[in-house]
Amino acid sequence: MNLADSTPAMNSLLGSEADSQRTLYPYVTGTSVVGIKYKDGILLAADMGGSYGSTLRYKTVERLKPVGKHSIIGASGEISDFQEIMRYLDELILYDNMWDDGNSLGPKEVHNYLTRVMYNRRNKFNPLWNSLVLGGVKNGQKYLGTVNMIGVHYEDNHVATGFGNHLARPILRDEWHENLTFEEGVKLLEKCMRVLLYRDRSAVNKLQIAKITEAGVTISQPYSLKTFWDFSAFKNPTVGAEGSW
Amino acid sequence: MFRNQYDTDVTTWSPAGRLFQVEYAMEAVKQGSAAIGLRSKTHVVLACVNKASSELSSHQKKIFKVDDHIGVAIAGLTADGRVLSRYLRNECINYSYTYESSLPVGRLVVQLADKAQVCTQRSWKRPYGVGLLVGGLDESGAHLYYNCPSGNYFEYQAFAIGSRSQAAKTYLERKFEGFMDAREDLIKDALFALRETLQGEKLTSSICTIAIVGVGEAFHILDQETVQALIDEFEIVGEEPPADEAATPDQSSDAEPGPADQGTPSDQGATPMDI
Repeated sequence: MNLADSTPAMNSLLGSEADSQRTLYPYVTGTSVVGIKYKDGILLAADMGGSYGSTLRYKTVERLKPVGKHSIIGASGEISDFQEIMRYLDELILYDNMWDDGNSLGPKEVHNYLTRVMYNRRNKFNPLWNSLVLGGVKNGQKYLGTVNMIGVHYEDNHVATGFGNHLARPILRDEWHENLTFEEGVKLLEKCMRVLLYRDRSAVNKLQIAKITEAGVTISQPYSLKTFWDFSAFKNPTVGAEGSW
Repeated sequence: MFRNQYDTDVTTWSPAGRLFQVEYAMEAVKQGSAAIGLRSKTHVVLACVNKASSELSSHQKKIFKVDDHIGVAIAGLTADGRVLSRYLRNECINYSYTYESSLPVGRLVVQLADKAQVCTQRSWKRPYGVGLLVGGLDESGAHLYYNCPSGNYFEYQAFAIGSRSQAAKTYLERKFEGFMDAREDLIKDALFALRETLQGEKLTSSICTIAIVGVGEAFHILDQETVQALIDEFEIVGEEPPADEAATPDQSSDAEPGPADQGTPSDQGATPMDI
């Protein structure tokens, strides 16, 4: 547990000395992650885009990753900071496994560990510029939580980051229920991701869905959603607007 | 054990491959007053003899709550035990803070053992002169460990340390297979085992301390009235240990005259407590 304190990222103690060592703004960013609990576990969805400002520069960025045996993480925000977080988590899980004693860190523990990391970085004015979703199942207990760059953290039956909070969660509030089957869950997530694709400028049409159950983690191959652009309102967007062309 | 030329510091091996300072530290544990631990699948009970040095003084604290799910009973240099308890509490609380979850007992004892080992390999340190019975609960069930000044640790179903602990161990060896999940029986067994170490002296709640931790029950020390009530309860039954549901054959006498060095076994006379 103490080992993570001595990793390279902690030389951000220098942050107070020179601003060149602090995070000021993000460069390559991922957009929303959406997560829901379903009957057998957790489902997470995220597209594979890495934006460079307003340019949709990278289109095969994996933003969903497994963590140990019991959890998966989805990240939005600065991709390089996510990669750093994955190094922290890989080290955490490594030391956990090295105990070799039948105990293992579950999703709740990982979520809280991340919360501590994010909050401590925020307090040093050197945040990891991410919003994270952490979900998992351990001993039959499902867990789904989120934590962001300022250390705000909570758990719920459905969570999202970024635009997902504004566009996906209202859908989930209406349509989520306990005991969704896997197919229903995926359909629900796809509905959310489709809305995000239409309305979020940093979304790309290539996504992955990750599933975690007691049995383990599966992350789907990338695929695309079918979209429909033939709405008359799209074809003639300014009909009825006086003065528009 | 006699003095020899290899026992001055802990960093000197004897030709027979022994570290005498470490062994002397373990002697200190044997000289301390008895502490007993026993566990079932769902509970762990710690009990110890708490004799005040004079009527005017209070007794030494020998049982420490480490966290809601872990407690320790010590025997030996109680000051060392107190300091180690502070370390254990710190480790638990730091883990809880970071992971919002209880530190598994097995990991805590390894950390404690590693700390003790350091003292066996530094010329400017001495081994801790205290043995700890660590009882706690985690995901994998109820656990009882014994941590030694040598840096070794072992898991036990039941164990006793300190002076006259052999009498208690003999009793526990007979009874451990019958440790049911019934918490009251576990406490009674602890009291009986404790009585074995008193060698005929009357067992009252003023000279012993009992603590318990279990599923749904945070670690806590039982108050004097509760303990006295339990003692009275089994005294009424007679000298026999309570009839276990498993009906263990050894119902007749509460203490077989096991270890020869214990002197008077307490089965002499039906009610030695009434003397």
